[in-house]
Amino acid sequence: MSGVNGLTIAVPRGALFKETVDLLEGFGLDVAELRSNDRKLLFDSIGVITMRPSDVPTYVESGAADIGITGKDVLLEQAAQGPGDPARREVYELLDLGYGRCMMVLASKAGPDPAAEALRRLGVMRVATKYPRIAARYLEETGRQAEIVEVKGSVELAPLTGMVEAIVDLTATGTTLREHDLLVREEIVECTARLIANPVAHKLRAAAIDDLLGRLRAR
Amino acid sequence: MIHPIPSGTRDVLPDETREVRAITDSLRSVFERHGYGEIYTPALEYEAVLARADMADAQPAYRVFDETGAVLVLRSDMTVPIARVVATRYPKVEPPLRFCYLAHCYRGVRPSRGQPRELLQAGIELIGSPAPEGTAEALSVLCAALDEVGLEGYRIGLGDASLFPSLMASLGVPEGVRPSLLDALVQRDFVALEEALAALDLSAEARSLLLEVPQRRGGPDVLDASATAVADAAANMRQVHALLTPEVAARVIFDLGLVRSIGYYTGAVFEVYDPALGAPIGGGGRYDDLLGHYGRPLPAVGFALGVERLHIALAGEERGEPGQSHAGAP
Repeated sequence: MSGVNGLTIAVPRGALFKETVDLLEGFGLDVAELRSNDRKLLFDSIGVITMRPSDVPTYVESGAADIGITGKDVLLEQAAQGPGDPARREVYELLDLGYGRCMMVLASKAGPDPAAEALRRLGVMRVATKYPRIAARYLEETGRQAEIVEVKGSVELAPLTGMVEAIVDLTATGTTLREHDLLVREEIVECTARLIANPVAHKLRAAAIDDLLGRLRAR
Repeated sequence: MIHPIPSGTRDVLPDETREVRAITDSLRSVFERHGYGEIYTPALEYEAVLARADMADAQPAYRVFDETGAVLVLRSDMTVPIARVVATRYPKVEPPLRFCYLAHCYRGVRPSRGQPRELLQAGIELIGSPAPEGTAEALSVLCAALDEVGLEGYRIGLGDASLFPSLMASLGVPEGVRPSLLDALVQRDFVALEEALAALDLSAEARSLLLEVPQRRGGPDVLDASATAVADAAANMRQVHALLTPEVAARVIFDLGLVRSIGYYTGAVFEVYDPALGAPIGGGGRYDDLLGHYGRPLPAVGFALGVERLHIALAGEERGEPGQSHAGAP
């Protein structure tokens, strides 16, 4: 296998894909097939495996990939909530790659904030999200009672149908939110692409990983 | 009829038991040959007794009330129960004391992660033998045990739990923020560490040392290149290394950023890696303060191997998994 420094890399399909592939091309990998074939998952000859971003920590933690690239939103959602939390992923977070910048926000329907009203009159706000752990932690830290409703897609639908008063979601430009007449009420955390590494590979493949890190920092 | 068992637990049937027995018999024979007597302790202990130790990330996860209302826990490791045994059953016996065990321990799990709720650990505790000799003995027994079971590609990461705290102290990191920097390291999050350091009023040199030193790992040159601020920890590691046979020494990777998620470690810490497995097979270190919490202050060192993980790594090596080509790579 002739991947970057002989390492197997987990590459996220989706919003981070294009810039990640550009990055790999910069390391001299032949990415033509990776770009053109979006059905293929395993690119053995260049040491690349592709998957959805939220699966990247799973493959890297298990050692199926030595390193991987995924969003900080994914890492935060899977992070430990405190000491001894078995949810913690055993991966190294090595570098902020800077691209894929977007914001985790709390949003609700434009006009008088229905979430604030629900909180005041009913004592609890209902919040739909694909990030239940980030949402629960944020609302707890800001001292608000919330009922978290996990949805798998199109979060914008939830407040429009009256199922919830607010959403917690990731937004890059805010266009989707605006199109659905939703207003950003609070910015929770900024998220970018991160380089992560398997803890055993980090020790046994130290030279290969450090060389890659050096080249990434020197970009 | 299907009757479920809790996730993270399992029945071990004869084929697997035979393989596991071969491993545990080998481990036991090596431990005994080195003078470590096998002991059993209860799986259930009083919470208040085990809570004398700082378990941090490996706290007991299961509690029950007994008939008098006292809180019992299922042990999460064997080191703390053995510290209790030493203080209680060997209050006056001249150290060093050598114990080994093969015992089930219990941890909390997150569903669908394949984490064990009940895990079989094999390990030793060497009580009353200070660094560096005691540490070197533990590492030697560890390698002898792994050799005996037939694991081939393994390496031992060796670090020092006091290294990063003393680095922070000597570079003038305010005491209040030290726990959060250490936590970033424990969480393996170098991005968070870098961000936290950028917010501190430190010299550029101090900042880069605090970020770079814990990322240094590799051969003995890692120690030579270290800053004077970590000279003590580097000297400790060098002393241990000098006491090892060439075969054991060749297995060692120096790792200036190695921290274990259990709180009671004080000096040398180590982990076992094998290219056939994505997670450490086991680990250990010095816990020179733990026995003091039980009223018998003695320096001590030990390690525990996860028998299931060891079994998986052995099977992986046998199959010649792709990871195998990593063996011996720096």
